[in-house]
Amino acid sequence: MSETKETGVPAGADTPAGEELPSRDLSPDEEKAPKTVGGSNLSLGHSLGLILALAALVVLGVVTGGDRFLSVANLMVILQQAAVIGVICIGVTFVITSGGIDLSVGSVMGLATVWATTLGTQAIAMDVHWSMMFFTALAVGAAAGLLNGVIIAYGRVVPFIATLAMLVAARGFAELISGRQTQIVTVPGFTSTFRGDLLGIPIIVWMFLIVAAAGWFLLNRTTFGRRTIAVGGNPEAARLAGIKVKRHLVMVYALSGLCAGIAAVMMLSRTTSGSSTHGLLYELDAIAAVVVGGTLLAGGRGTIFGTVLGVMVFAVLRNVFVQNNLDSSVQALVTGAIIVGAVLLQQRFSSHSRT
Amino acid sequence: MRGIIKHFPGAKALDGVDLDIRAGEVHCLLGQNGAGKSTLIKVLSGAHQPTEGEILWKGERVTIPTTMAALRLGIATMYQELDVVDGLSVAENVFLGHELSSGGVLRRATALERTRDLLRRLGHPEIPAQREVGRLPAAGKQIVSMARALSHDAQLIIMDEPSAVLDPEEVENLFRVVRALRDEGVAVVYISHRLEEIRRIGDRITVLKDGRTAATSLEVEDTPTRELIALMTGHEVISDFGGTAIGATSDQPLLEVDGLSLDGVFEPVSFDVRPGEVVGLAGLVGAGRSEILETIYGARRATAGEVRVKGKKLRRGSIADAVNHGVGLAPEERKSQGLLLDEPIYRNITLSTFARFARSGLLNERAERTAAREQAEALHLSPADVQRSIRTLSGGNQQKAMLARWLVHGCDVLLLDEPTRGVDVGARAEIYGLVRELSRQGTAVLMVSSEIEEVLGLADRVLVVADGRVVHTGATRDIDEHQVLDLVMEGAHG
Repeated sequence: MSETKETGVPAGADTPAGEELPSRDLSPDEEKAPKTVGGSNLSLGHSLGLILALAALVVLGVVTGGDRFLSVANLMVILQQAAVIGVICIGVTFVITSGGIDLSVGSVMGLATVWATTLGTQAIAMDVHWSMMFFTALAVGAAAGLLNGVIIAYGRVVPFIATLAMLVAARGFAELISGRQTQIVTVPGFTSTFRGDLLGIPIIVWMFLIVAAAGWFLLNRTTFGRRTIAVGGNPEAARLAGIKVKRHLVMVYALSGLCAGIAAVMMLSRTTSGSSTHGLLYELDAIAAVVVGGTLLAGGRGTIFGTVLGVMVFAVLRNVFVQNNLDSSVQALVTGAIIVGAVLLQQRFSSHSRT
Repeated sequence: MRGIIKHFPGAKALDGVDLDIRAGEVHCLLGQNGAGKSTLIKVLSGAHQPTEGEILWKGERVTIPTTMAALRLGIATMYQELDVVDGLSVAENVFLGHELSSGGVLRRATALERTRDLLRRLGHPEIPAQREVGRLPAAGKQIVSMARALSHDAQLIIMDEPSAVLDPEEVENLFRVVRALRDEGVAVVYISHRLEEIRRIGDRITVLKDGRTAATSLEVEDTPTRELIALMTGHEVISDFGGTAIGATSDQPLLEVDGLSLDGVFEPVSFDVRPGEVVGLAGLVGAGRSEILETIYGARRATAGEVRVKGKKLRRGSIADAVNHGVGLAPEERKSQGLLLDEPIYRNITLSTFARFARSGLLNERAERTAAREQAEALHLSPADVQRSIRTLSGGNQQKAMLARWLVHGCDVLLLDEPTRGVDVGARAEIYGLVRELSRQGTAVLMVSSEIEEVLGLADRVLVVADGRVVHTGATRDIDEHQVLDLVMEGAHG
């Protein structure tokens, strides 16, 4: 809050001045507020709306569910449910920021759970180490993402179509491998590691937090993130500035696949099974959460913080409905309303900040 | 004769503007970027509402609440960004928004017929009314836009920089159409940066500066160019091109282009540029000038030949290789090819260099801002606050930011594609001065410009390109504007 005010004042005072002298006088002060630079003013304003929406949902949960809603156990349930889709959303945030879309995340996650739980993989994991399952899931996800990226960047297939094809194909491949059977995780080391707690917080929630923090850092503080924003904002300008756009896009989709692989590990630990039906329609939930969070669907602007908030809004909403035994159809209806409402709000904010 | 008078004192971006337009005249609107021309047009076309002031149309006071209302009055606008729908046919575009229909069913035959009438009236019966507009050249699209204006029975047509997307030959055509319209009694408001055009087509001129009318309804014939520039800028431009060319500071060429060609676009071309030298590529739009520049830069993959910088061969089709060897390009279309409009100024300036400021992938935004600020101050970027969005800058200042990008990069070879397009007179002089300064420091500059005057004034040597071939190479002091024009025309037809 205080940060928004700090940057709001000099920016406002600067506008009418316009002349060269006053802005030069300001220049030493500019160093004071480097953190809010680069369009994050906008996302802070927008995030404020999301935080309010989240708070409203929590109040609703407390009013209807009372202590049961606020209990630590229930909060952990919410966080665990948010964690899997949340990790996927971090990857999707990068893809959307780069101006693309990834429809394949859900089915790639499903494929990764299946591949990591085949008898062969589990046998190797038994012999060598449980982490073989972990790395298998990650590798499958990253490879699928890499393939998406190559088809999009070098094959010049539009992302919507390329990842739609991957959505269908990965699901089919997962069915083929598993024979449409649910495969139980039998490696004891795997389950005991990922189903555990650390400081009272489930491991998969930690994983979500770490991926989100790493994602934030990658997007806002590294050359990789800057390139992603540049490519999404104006691919031609990025290309003519010397950025290797194609190579970068491949990496962005690989990153999204990698996130789906991490999500697969989390899914395996929550359900202790691999199945081709895991992650059904996750792509739509992910896109909804990312866009509601304030990432521009057209590319060029992304916010990890907003994505996390978007994920939490939907997770809390779902929990409130479950706690009160409400119809899931009504939940879907409300979800739709939230998506439209949030995007309308986002447009208001962005038009205000621009004029 | 009907008099059309409009006053808008007190609008925000407009601070007291008076304009009166007579039927059957070409009234030119002049002003630097940000002088309020666009706002004025938007008020006239119903897109904006004036806060104060009044509009008189044929002697009666009117309000123009919507663009449709403007059209109903007979005021049509042709925007700078051609507002045609590429996927629709010529006829569909002409009647877009006021489709001819009976009971919801389109009357296609009537629309086609009336479109053909309009095209004939505009002197372009050769444009097929059923052709998809996306397949027409820019000049054709403009005719469609004009036909649309006429389809509303427009008595006043506002043209916002109609010549910006046209090459000289097409501009001639445009002038013919504008004159024909004028002779029919249509009033035309013509907006352009190019003074020589206004001199040729305009009857009267109104000059805007900082949202006010600096001078209104000057007779074109009685007003010297110098006075116009003075009115626009508030000060007289003393030296057009920042003195004469510096000349090569060394005989060792920095940039060598050897037999470079791109099949179907331009034939093998060979030349070199030495340090401190400015070489200009003159010719028509579409003659292959920009393509030569882009191929040198690696944005297009050459079919044959090679490019060497300081003797080192560049990899074909690799922009990254060119940039690494110290080549920079300021592209023709600043907004679509050069800038990230939602990003702050400094990130646009460091778009090619942010990785250099970074340490093992970690950005150093502080260093980026410092470097960007230094250049912004050196170039008198206004506003100089590099954290503001680049969107807020005028065309001239955006171009300066583009140049700042390559100054931060410290490049040895600078490729400039139409460096002063859409740039007002004041910023132009600064850009010319900057080119001079770079030459003094030993940078090799290769520039493309549609303005022959600019090439001749700025460059040491000129390459005339026509129809994908270099038809003349020589020192600029040995050739004048008319000779260049002759070469351009001969080459284009030969």
